[in-house]
Amino acid sequence: MLTDTTMSTEEVRRTAQRIRKRVFEHVMRSGGGYLSQACSSAELFATLYGKVMVLGASQAPLEPVPFPGVPGRDNPSFVSGGAYNGPREPQFDRFIFSPAHYALVLYAALIEFGRLAEHALEAFNRDGSTVEMIGAEHSPGVETTTGSLAQAISQAGGIALGRRLKGEPGRVWVLMSDGEFQEGQVWEAVQALVHYRLDNVGIYADVNDQQCDGRVEDVMQVGALGEKLRAFGARVYDVDGHDVEALAAPAAAPSDGRPLFVLAHTDPTRGVPLLAERAPNLHYLRFGSEAERERYQRAFETFDEEA
Amino acid sequence: MEIVNRPHVENFIRWAADKPRVVVVSADLTNSCEVGKWRDTYPERFFSLGMAEQNMMGFAAGLAREGFEPFVHTFAVFVYRRPYDQLAMSIAYPNLPVRLMAFLPGITTPGGVTHQAIEDVAIMRATPNMTVLETGDATEVESVLDVAHAVDGPVYVRFLRGRVPRLFPQSEPMALGRARVLHEGDDVTILTAGITTEEALRAVPALAGAGVRATHLHVSTHKPFDDPLVLDALKRARKGVITLENHTIVGGLGSAVAELMAEHAVGTPLVRLGLRDTYAHGASQAYLMGEYGLDAMALVRAAERLAGRDTGIAEADLAQVRVEEVHSLAKAEAL
Repeated sequence: MLTDTTMSTEEVRRTAQRIRKRVFEHVMRSGGGYLSQACSSAELFATLYGKVMVLGASQAPLEPVPFPGVPGRDNPSFVSGGAYNGPREPQFDRFIFSPAHYALVLYAALIEFGRLAEHALEAFNRDGSTVEMIGAEHSPGVETTTGSLAQAISQAGGIALGRRLKGEPGRVWVLMSDGEFQEGQVWEAVQALVHYRLDNVGIYADVNDQQCDGRVEDVMQVGALGEKLRAFGARVYDVDGHDVEALAAPAAAPSDGRPLFVLAHTDPTRGVPLLAERAPNLHYLRFGSEAERERYQRAFETFDEEA
Repeated sequence: MEIVNRPHVENFIRWAADKPRVVVVSADLTNSCEVGKWRDTYPERFFSLGMAEQNMMGFAAGLAREGFEPFVHTFAVFVYRRPYDQLAMSIAYPNLPVRLMAFLPGITTPGGVTHQAIEDVAIMRATPNMTVLETGDATEVESVLDVAHAVDGPVYVRFLRGRVPRLFPQSEPMALGRARVLHEGDDVTILTAGITTEEALRAVPALAGAGVRATHLHVSTHKPFDDPLVLDALKRARKGVITLENHTIVGGLGSAVAELMAEHAVGTPLVRLGLRDTYAHGASQAYLMGEYGLDAMALVRAAERLAGRDTGIAEADLAQVRVEEVHSLAKAEAL
């Protein structure tokens, strides 16, 4: 397989809409789930895999393997979920996935990019499967264990520092969510990325103003993220998170010594406007009644894949 | 007894010379953890991450994933207390070869409760994938590097600094999972680790002189805790077993011994000496060891209880106390 970075903008856009639809379909089949995350981040995943990241062919089987046990010196059969993102070679980029509850969206993206079998979501959240709801580093596409939020950016910093010490040209991409910026660790990491001039790290943040308890700005304001990051010394782009070209452009700019942050401002109801009725409780879709479920079912059946 | 001044300083520099993948990460306690000269010797392999331990654990994890062998140097409390989630999820879960060099174990610092790691062995023992070591003298400070280096996974080391006694010959380096038998006798079995071994070395001859024969084991591997020598020593104790640890008696050496005795039906009394489920405070090591019963006299009294008689041993009968200046030149940083 060639790297996917040659995909056209229109193809990426359509892929994003298919990711959204695939997650929506799964959520309807399961009677609920993480739908708003797909609405907000579908273009982010599609752009990262389709235009930004330079990845080799998947090193993992299309069919997700059963849970291989946890990593440990007595478990030689452990296989990293990072293998779905291609070989760990100097010229290739790496993908570090931070908000682990977006796993369903990641799996859907892997399916759309031919890295995971078409029917792999049937194993989602099934006992004994690696296609876990939150996921850890055995889950498809997941290289580091980040379900305890805000740990990915530091791990990515260490990976980027290690790669620079080895003289590797490949970059390290991180997908984050905006709620994570409430954790102090994120700011510890930002200051370290800036201190060590790790411009081989690029962080894409899904700024959807949503977290478990509701709107980020109500739960605990993070304020003007861009201004805060710039004050720390980072290179920051604020973009429309549903605009594929705007998302891809910052990754093409020549590095300048500063870590790159792309703040993707997104709509957590994008493609499923019915969700707005639930605002601000968008984190996990649970149907309050059969009537509500039926309304979502109709919305799914009329979901416009070409939109 | 030979006292070695800051054994880690030169030893670690020598040891790392032919190991280019060894890197150091530090959190603003570089000289306090005796790696200031290491930093100046290998500046390209030294990474200051500031007073930000959560992020430091993630950086160490990332470096380890890229094939480096990070030696985290900071105080023990800032390894296992403040950034525990990061230690567990970023380092221990993936079984990464990060070496956590944890300084100021237990009450070895006058820095008080915030600087005294009194429950670290309990927490690190309970952390899957973690190997837990403790240095007890200069030979172990020197040889623990090889032991940790050989482990496929994360290692937590209770580290001694400053003026450190040499209790064991350099020809007998620390070995993973192997206790040292320092004395043999069938009445009581005494297990010590770290700084408490020196206390037992003072108490055991006095006990022998009073007719209480002790087997004394020095433990440097808390986990895995499966040394057959230890089990044999527990089984031979006719009157009982005593553990003496620079740690709370909950979850450390005493608990490990209790688990082993229960699993193997070793039916003899166990006395656990250590901090009795309490925090401590800022004072000299000698003062705190006396106050909390971590010293040679506490060991004598426990042996008397198990033996069922008064030995008549008084403080003056114990071997020479090592007089240590609290704020000596060897510890330029008071903390």
